Amino acid sequence: MCAVCGCGETAVRPAPGSPQERTLRVERDILGKNDAQARVNRRDFAERGVFALNLVSSPGSGKTTLLVKTIELLKGRRPVAVIEGDQQTSNDAERIRAAGAPAVQINTGKGCHLDADMVAHAFDSLEPPQGAVLFIENVGNLVCPAAFDLGEGKRVVVLSVTEGEDKPLKYPDMFASADLMLVNKADLLPYVDFDVSVCVANALRVNPRLRAMTVSARSGEGLEGFVDWIEAGGE
Amino acid sequence: MHEMALTQSVVEIALEEARKAGAQRVTRISLDIGRLSAVVPEAMRFCFDAITAGTAAEGAALDIAELDGAGWCLDCGKTVPLEERFGPCPDCAGFKVQMTAGDEMKIRELEVI
Repeated sequence: MCAVCGCGETAVRPAPGSPQERTLRVERDILGKNDAQARVNRRDFAERGVFALNLVSSPGSGKTTLLVKTIELLKGRRPVAVIEGDQQTSNDAERIRAAGAPAVQINTGKGCHLDADMVAHAFDSLEPPQGAVLFIENVGNLVCPAAFDLGEGKRVVVLSVTEGEDKPLKYPDMFASADLMLVNKADLLPYVDFDVSVCVANALRVNPRLRAMTVSARSGEGLEGFVDWIEAGGE
Repeated sequence: MHEMALTQSVVEIALEEARKAGAQRVTRISLDIGRLSAVVPEAMRFCFDAITAGTAAEGAALDIAELDGAGWCLDCGKTVPLEERFGPCPDCAGFKVQMTAGDEMKIRELEVI
């Protein structure tokens, strides 16, 4: 095959129409395998009464700090388990365990997202108790994880106020696929040019049914609302 | 980046379908990829050789048909071409456009021997 554009002109194969060559109609979705595993995950979560949340964001939005604080607030209310996705290191899983929740770290290596199969394996080794909240912290990346259903109950996109108000317009796929947007690091609002209402309006443009909450994982502001939302099953 | 995973999925599905059909080799894989989907065709072509190496699809051609985007504009009450996934209606510039085509990511057919 041509190494530049993959056009296949130099590939060694029988001439078209040669007797043994035949065409198979396939018509299968490329993501079909992932979607099938996501359906299995969804069923497995439901069987154990587990409410799974897929947390997505760019790197550095404060997902892990947010999780640590949320775990503290959920203590005594709901059992919690965490699946951590990162390219490398188990730093995040260690932070979560220090906060008192069981965690499994998935290192994706060169991968830029978690897929349903990775989550299935992590879920098997975690074995969260009946009725647990399962947080799946995806790889920090606003592009690739959008396309991969993990079988989660709800998808939560975290956007920090040190990013731009136009992030939802620049990375629309992620915001379109989310159920809840957390505008994080609200304690920094006095110091940055970030208008929360503009950001929310931008997000609603790509996803009119998106819920939005303003929180600060650092100060704890708004986190009760997030925890209430979790306890209500994301309604 | 995620094209690597998507291309792996394409090749897995192709090998599975070829096996089911009792074929020895896959010589061509034809895809339908919408221009508004999460796929960059060039990135798929780039990793296709590496992924098919050593499989029954080694040396196969990869054909990617890129399909145009379209949407239904609620205000104009008609189907309009769509350049961006959440872009405006080219006629009224409004944003009440629901995508109706262009997000396809499908394996259409295979040639096998």
